[in-house]
Amino acid sequence: MAIEVEVRLPTVLRQHAGGQATVMANGETVGAIFEDLLRQFPLLKGQLLGDDGSIHKFINVYKNDDDVRYLDKLDTPVGADDVISILPAVAGG
Amino acid sequence: MLVLRLTDATYVAIVAHTLDELPLEACGLVAAVPGTDKVERVYRCRNVAQSSRLYEVDPLDHLKADRDAEARGIEIVGVYHSHTHTQAYPSPTDVSQAPDPSWHYVVISLKDPEPVLRSYRIVDGSITEEPVELVER
Repeated sequence: MAIEVEVRLPTVLRQHAGGQATVMANGETVGAIFEDLLRQFPLLKGQLLGDDGSIHKFINVYKNDDDVRYLDKLDTPVGADDVISILPAVAGG
Repeated sequence: MLVLRLTDATYVAIVAHTLDELPLEACGLVAAVPGTDKVERVYRCRNVAQSSRLYEVDPLDHLKADRDAEARGIEIVGVYHSHTHTQAYPSPTDVSQAPDPSWHYVVISLKDPEPVLRSYRIVDGSITEEPVELVER
């Protein structure tokens, strides 16, 4: 059975998801959830994944309180009670 | 009209943080009531880059700030960082990595004895300075 997970989007990505701050997506890993998000919201293409297929360097992705880069990145398992949050990576010089 | 409004307290909080972090660049986030441009809260963040030339807001500090702001009914509307050796103007790196066209990009120059704070919008790589107003609480 598919697992439905809450995904929280940053302001800058909401315009690509019908203006919604929170969306639901199906998948048992972060990568599968991203695939479902891209199916639902094709305008997110290029915003979530980099050219090499890994998490885009301009975003940070969290499972609950953890940065998934320090878990298993796109392979991080996700359960129905988890919340995935996406925020912009904020950096400069 | 583009503007950034700071109270004495939020102005001092930002500048004090940048001085505390010397010789490294400091960075943090600012939050406002949605639809206003008046900073209600300043979130000091760790600079993961630990550099005097670069900054990277600690991702977990960002998440905590975002959640705290949401709980208070405000939202993150911008980022500040210091330039320890250069003027208060966005660097090419700042422009190429600016994540959100609706954000305020506050730059504090510590090049001279007196700190200089300026605010900008960065949209599609183009920089527009906005006035900084000091307001009463």
